[in-house]
Amino acid sequence: MATQSVIGTKNKKGQVFADPWHMMNEAPRTPCFFTGSEVIKEAIRRANVDVMIAYPITPQSEAAALIGELFAEGYIGDYFRGESEFAVMGQCAGAAFGGARVFTTTAGPGTMRAMENFPMWAGARLPIQMIVTCRGINSPLSIQPDTLEISYLMNTGMLVWHAESAQDFYDWMLKGFMVTEEPDVHLPLALCCDGFFVTHTKDMVNLTPVDMCLPPYDPYRAPVPCMDMECPPVRMMRDPFVMKSNYISYATHASWQQEIWAAAERSRKHTIAWLDGLIEVENPDADVLLVASGTAVSQGREAKVLLEEEGIEVGIVKIKVLRPWPHEEIREATKNAKHIIVPEFNVTGWLAKEIRATIPNSERVTGPRVCGGMTMPPEIIVEHIKGALGIKVAAMAGRGS
Amino acid sequence: MTVQYKVLPGPEHYLPPSAASMGIRLPDPGQGHINGRIVPEEEAMEAAARQFLMAKVPTIFPGPLVLWAWNEKAAKKATAIRHLYETIKECITPSQKPMLIPMPDYRPKYPKIDPEVEINPNHPNLTIWHNKIDACMFVGVHCHQANLSLKIIRGGTNCYTIAMCAQAGHEDAMLSFRDATADKIMRLAEWVRKLKGSVQPSEN
Repeated sequence: MATQSVIGTKNKKGQVFADPWHMMNEAPRTPCFFTGSEVIKEAIRRANVDVMIAYPITPQSEAAALIGELFAEGYIGDYFRGESEFAVMGQCAGAAFGGARVFTTTAGPGTMRAMENFPMWAGARLPIQMIVTCRGINSPLSIQPDTLEISYLMNTGMLVWHAESAQDFYDWMLKGFMVTEEPDVHLPLALCCDGFFVTHTKDMVNLTPVDMCLPPYDPYRAPVPCMDMECPPVRMMRDPFVMKSNYISYATHASWQQEIWAAAERSRKHTIAWLDGLIEVENPDADVLLVASGTAVSQGREAKVLLEEEGIEVGIVKIKVLRPWPHEEIREATKNAKHIIVPEFNVTGWLAKEIRATIPNSERVTGPRVCGGMTMPPEIIVEHIKGALGIKVAAMAGRGS
Repeated sequence: MTVQYKVLPGPEHYLPPSAASMGIRLPDPGQGHINGRIVPEEEAMEAAARQFLMAKVPTIFPGPLVLWAWNEKAAKKATAIRHLYETIKECITPSQKPMLIPMPDYRPKYPKIDPEVEINPNHPNLTIWHNKIDACMFVGVHCHQANLSLKIIRGGTNCYTIAMCAQAGHEDAMLSFRDATADKIMRLAEWVRKLKGSVQPSEN
């Protein structure tokens, strides 16, 4: 029942149940040259997952299939394909209600199709981990990277993290279970990355020892009974508050919603410890600050190098965690910046909007943005920054310029 | 946030905010919190004992995790809770009326709860109001349900809330312990006995 009791013992594959802090921060690492999808597989190999439920949708299909291999090898308790993304997320809920550590992957239209389940997961306090390999969601369909779906996830009550690299992805998957399964948090996690850029490119990733794995999930520490058809949260679904029109029902439902977001607030303490902060800041005293999440951070780093060659100093803020939103950290990091540049891979600019709502003098915040699978060459960011600084530049791709 | 939010007895608001959303953080091991302020656990012990001795109707609300002997720890905690209740009874004046009211489950009770025999997380204020409870302690209640109750109580009643939590504590209570064990509950009983006679019952 208590996870501590199994530390040092072995699972059926001969992996030692390791102290998670030691495994992630002190144990030796082995560098490997892997695709992001392969990295997802290797993290799950060490995550002691009870149930993984899969459904194919690009660009997460490869990772889901690779995890099927792990099932065949005996590393996962159960693995099957659902009938659709909606079905998968409902089945994930069922497994989590039963006290299992549950993992799944999805992307783009799959995320949108399953959307109804995500506030249900959060409301039911189910610590399911879902990998979201972001891609286009609108017609005409595109399988290429686009982060619009993250903006929909940000108000579901789930924790939302946005990985920049395969290394982030590997570490955060394992650390994610540790944060979400804390009894004062116990919420689902949408761990997002930019599809293809992370999933289908190879990178050097330092892996933890293959003979170590996380200790099992302990459902007896959950803030709700793990499975009881007569009690909330299950009872709420067959006899929900919406069926009762009275003040008490409304007040309970309101208080319930507040508790979900309170749990997300409580995750700050654990996330800061495991991820070493909700944001990373480099050179915050620069007049120009690039603030981004996901692979837009990488492009920002490239732009920073190009600008510094021309004597233009740039700082970088990497936002790792989108929910809970790091408002205090962002206010502090941006307090001296004259220009806050937020490069994004989506049409609405949801990250720039969040930042504008967070800081004073929000007119400091501007693009650039691409969408629909377009890449964002660092020169685009350079051009935008020079424009903000009043430096005349030739248009990069404009006809007749 | 310029003004530090304090978790105080209500009635606070039609819909009070969760304390976590107001910047209140949970204690670390060895600590407790009082009104949202992190304190050494022993300070919280003394403050909780004083609340029991001051209250007109000091009440313990044991939840499902300690009402049934589903493991050895639960049985030990239940024994300790009974001991705490008996200690409170011994240490107060005849004008005070201690109560031990269970929260046996979390189902919404329709058409109406019997507030003399139980409390329910969906409408805990009914039990508080009916019995005129002015200080209470939650123990053995699943954390989500405890937070739900604590916030509703803060919103609609003037009851002082204490949480004896087996996990990370409850910032929605006015006073919270974390990592509760039978020994910790027994220590609280010792504090009640130690302060017997030195705390006057409230006249409000």
